[in-house]
Amino acid sequence: MNVPAIEVRDLRKVFRKRSGWLRPKYREEWALKGVSFEVDNGETYGLLGPNGSGKSTLIRILSTLLIPDGGTVSVLGYSLPEEHRIVRQKIGRVSVDAAYYKKLSARENLLYTALLYGLNPAEAEPRAMQVLEELGMESRKFSTPLEEMSRGMQQKITIARALMINPPLLLLDEPTTGLDPKSRRDVQKFLENLRAREGTTILLTTHDMAEAERLCARIGFLAHGELVAEGTAADLKREAKTETLDDAFIRLTGEDLDEEAEKVSEEEVLEEV
Amino acid sequence: MEQTIRQTWAFVFRGYHLVRRYISWVIVWNFYAFVTSITIALIGVAAHDYRLTLTLVIGALLWNFLSNLYSEIAMSIAYERWEGTLEYTFMAPVSRLIHLSGVSVFALCQSLVTLVVVLTGLLLFTNIHLAGANLFGVFVVLLASTFAFVGLGLMAAVLPVMSPERGAEATHIFQGSLLLISGIYYPVQVLPRWVQPLSHLSPATYTLSACRKLVGIGNPASTETHLVGASLSDVVPELVTLLLMGAVLMPLGLWVFGRIEHWAKHTGKLKRTG
Repeated sequence: MNVPAIEVRDLRKVFRKRSGWLRPKYREEWALKGVSFEVDNGETYGLLGPNGSGKSTLIRILSTLLIPDGGTVSVLGYSLPEEHRIVRQKIGRVSVDAAYYKKLSARENLLYTALLYGLNPAEAEPRAMQVLEELGMESRKFSTPLEEMSRGMQQKITIARALMINPPLLLLDEPTTGLDPKSRRDVQKFLENLRAREGTTILLTTHDMAEAERLCARIGFLAHGELVAEGTAADLKREAKTETLDDAFIRLTGEDLDEEAEKVSEEEVLEEV
Repeated sequence: MEQTIRQTWAFVFRGYHLVRRYISWVIVWNFYAFVTSITIALIGVAAHDYRLTLTLVIGALLWNFLSNLYSEIAMSIAYERWEGTLEYTFMAPVSRLIHLSGVSVFALCQSLVTLVVVLTGLLLFTNIHLAGANLFGVFVVLLASTFAFVGLGLMAAVLPVMSPERGAEATHIFQGSLLLISGIYYPVQVLPRWVQPLSHLSPATYTLSACRKLVGIGNPASTETHLVGASLSDVVPELVTLLLMGAVLMPLGLWVFGRIEHWAKHTGKLKRTG
């Protein structure tokens, strides 16, 4: 039997926001309200939604960093959160945040990750360097502290870090946000090659409709914690009776990605908890 | 086994390179420890009282070592939050035991370096004579104290997980309280009567008590030029107490850390910026 790389059923997650000290009041913010979907092995699946739609919460649950309040999650056939130890060995994650030691060089950050995953640095380092070269990064930059690099170069390091462990599943949370067009194209081309060459399963969250259409075999639209539509880009446009994926998104979700910055994000809600 | 060693080494490797990159700050903090220890010890020199000088010297040395060890472990989570790497560390396939052991090994190395710096300063400025002191015994007691302080550090490390905004501050309040109740620079008998029982809860109280005996501070036979230090068998009660505290506090610290990590995964507190 072919087990899906990701199987999510009726996934629910709520954050409770407390206000007041003497008489605290709790307000519930539902980040995920019964999300179900599957991603096949070797498939690139796109999750599109505005800030606060639940994309990052979903990625965090799959990354073993959050425990859901309901539903079931299976990653490469292993249940979460019960089998988190095995899952952690098999996933690589790239987030939109600058999540690395900024004072350390690219090489030091990568060697640290190799050791953290119990890998032999002598074997892991060449793979990371190969990824970086493939992403168009010059080898002379490997010893430069990350804080002295551009956002595009920093993001390439985080991609190399995620791939250094050779994961069968890659979780990409807005990996090209904030990148210049050249860097964005480099990353997209690399992901296409990676999937074709190694059959890596990729779950990609993005705001970029063109990117989703280019990279993803199937796309899910997430809005207010619910998966409101799912299918190939052509399916979604057909269902919404629109010419573009942008219009299909607006038609099917009632949201406009361009207005997302005005909305209260999931991040802001969490920071207040 | 090889994998476990690599994973433990990862935290030492990271710590070493971060120290290298933040070397100016490391120098500043060591200089500060150097100067404050000397100024405290010089109070004894000014009083022309070698016993007081020795008491202050031992207090400054031990407190620098133990507080550094505690602080490095307690702040390890707060540092990861500031760097933005907390989620990546927690999603790596490394057990919390290995993670925190790696952090503790590096903290121990760093604390030993600070100990040497402070000791050098004290020897240069106070002209104390340590001939006759049982320095090997002091080293053994320091090692025995390490376990209890690692346990305390692990428990304090959960505070920045529980409260990203106030947790780091709370670890310093806890550290300050240990300084107050443990009689680092004075006998605990000078504390208000209602505070004195608290000193029994601090491992530093037993470390100090044992080290003063081993150096020979309380021994009437000790003179300014030749100390008569106690043997290790004379400080067995303190050693056993310290080892028992370590045996309880280290597993307790790991258990507390595990419970809070589980809670943080429910509430979303592991998030990068809180």
